[in-house]
Amino acid sequence: MTLQLSIWIIIGLTFALYIGIAIWSKTNSTSEFYIAGKGVNPIANGMATAADWMSAASFISMAGIISFVGYDGSVYLMGWTGGYVLLALLLAPYLRKFGKFTVPDFIGDRYYSNAARTVAIFCALVVSFTYVAGQMRGVGIVFSRYLEVDINNGVFIGMGIVLFYAILGGMKGITYTQVAQYCVLIFAFMVPAIFISIQMTGNPIPQLGFGSETQDGVYLLDKLNGLHKELGFSEYTSGEKSKIDVFFITAALMIGTAGLPHVIVRFFTVKKVSDARKSAGWALLFIAILYTTAPAIAVFARTNLIETVSDKNYSDMPSWFKKWEETELLKFNDKNEDGTIQYLGDEKLNELTIDKDIMVMANPEIAQLPNWVIALLAAGALAAALSTAAGLLLVISSSISHDLIKKIISPKLVRRKILKEDISEKGELIAARISAFFAVLLAGYFGINPPDFVAATVALAFGLAAASFFPAIVLGIFYKRMNKEGAISGMIVGISSMLYYMLKFKFGWFGGGNQEDWFIGVSPEGFGTIAMILNFFVSILISSLTKEPPNQIKKLVENLRTPDE
Amino acid sequence: MKDKNKLYWKKNLNYLIVLLSIWFIVSFGFGILLVNQLNLIEFFGFKLGFWFAQQGSIYTFVILIFIYIYLMNKLDKEFKS
Repeated sequence: MTLQLSIWIIIGLTFALYIGIAIWSKTNSTSEFYIAGKGVNPIANGMATAADWMSAASFISMAGIISFVGYDGSVYLMGWTGGYVLLALLLAPYLRKFGKFTVPDFIGDRYYSNAARTVAIFCALVVSFTYVAGQMRGVGIVFSRYLEVDINNGVFIGMGIVLFYAILGGMKGITYTQVAQYCVLIFAFMVPAIFISIQMTGNPIPQLGFGSETQDGVYLLDKLNGLHKELGFSEYTSGEKSKIDVFFITAALMIGTAGLPHVIVRFFTVKKVSDARKSAGWALLFIAILYTTAPAIAVFARTNLIETVSDKNYSDMPSWFKKWEETELLKFNDKNEDGTIQYLGDEKLNELTIDKDIMVMANPEIAQLPNWVIALLAAGALAAALSTAAGLLLVISSSISHDLIKKIISPKLVRRKILKEDISEKGELIAARISAFFAVLLAGYFGINPPDFVAATVALAFGLAAASFFPAIVLGIFYKRMNKEGAISGMIVGISSMLYYMLKFKFGWFGGGNQEDWFIGVSPEGFGTIAMILNFFVSILISSLTKEPPNQIKKLVENLRTPDE
Repeated sequence: MKDKNKLYWKKNLNYLIVLLSIWFIVSFGFGILLVNQLNLIEFFGFKLGFWFAQQGSIYTFVILIFIYIYLMNKLDKEFKS
């Protein structure tokens, strides 16, 4: 069977599965649409959360980034898993106990204020939109690389699929397709990893394999460190970033993870508070399978690559080398015209440039694995991108139909007697579907015309979530005295300081600046941590200077702290 | 009833303090601040600091959540009866 045909068959089968699940889980109520009727089993919810969380970036790019930066890649590994400890211990059980639909619901009710609710809606929309654009682009890229479909047509196909199951099934449809997508993506990620681990070290478990000996009796990591030294790269297991920056970036990613609305909302979908804790545990376990394998793939791919290309004749390169050269993700420039490839740390002498995304996608070809493994990888990458896009679209549509229309606009219109009564459940459901529809269109538009700032703003999304939601929610639960004045000013200070720092150092606004001007040596990616500390500080200060929250709010907080009924 | 709820909350906070301290020590401590010192120790084929940063911390996170689930389920049972 040719490669093209096997890819079409495997992708076709997985898409048919997703659509089948969507038809089976059609929804009729807002509770089902927003939170799957609170009926999701915690293990299934764990899988869905894992698929929701792991995007095209986790699947395709992360192992590649780690393989180029070595130890410095730990910021992603720890940052994108450690946040689940915060979620399980500090947020998920209490938010589930509170028992509403969305994060702005909690902020608006806990701080008895529509202003706070509006700030929360704004943050949720900004965070989710910056994220979803990247996912749609990812879908297009996978289609174009594997199936030689135009990127734009790839985006259209992806939009069609997401539109179908998100609008029909809401959270219920999304949850059960995500369960299927998790199975597809983890299988696709693990199969090549296991094969390559056996090939290189004889150990079938990649997590152990990259600490094992190779055939020549040297530990794989020592061998890689040796190769790096020889070629003038910095030591793989040490890294180059400053310690303080690694610390702050890791913290920002962890706290940002715990504050992302599309992750938090998943814990509203289970039956009981104890199930919310369980879901977080299962989610992290399912995520950890991929996240502990990625650094192993990084080491395998890096070693394989160096051994295949370094100081070898260009004319002897295997067919995958030529294939990726055509996509321009791999570039060879024979500077000294000797016909061999010098892959070196010194930029002046180095002749090979490699895009990070190749490391995962070309890995099966480099290791000479069969065609169906490559096809599986394509289906896995699509599953990762589609599941994340769908989760984000639901946050966007519920922010508009529930938080904005139902909770703010509709009551206002009733008070001004423009509307006779509040929007009905049926009306809200229609609004939710319409906003999901427009959210997909907008995401697709950004997928086809990607703004330059997408890559830069992914860090902003984490920083924003860390600087806005996390302190407001944690203080709302753990600090009874916290009032609306404190929360609103804290969120505003957190967001604006984060935006200021990002715009200054990423976009050159406010006079711009470079690395030497960074505040105590912290990069914009890590600044979310500092903005969060500012938020905490301002919130507590302002709150203690203004009047206490009303008694019924204190009762609400006390109730969050009691055992579940 | 009120005292009972207070005790429940206090126990919960104690769990949080202990578990989050471990969370911090393993990731930020072993994986970042002490990484160079730990890297002097061989751990199977890994340098220990590097292993904590790319493997050990993640395993610890998973275990911490499941310990918390166990502790809270026990506490819930105790306080419901």
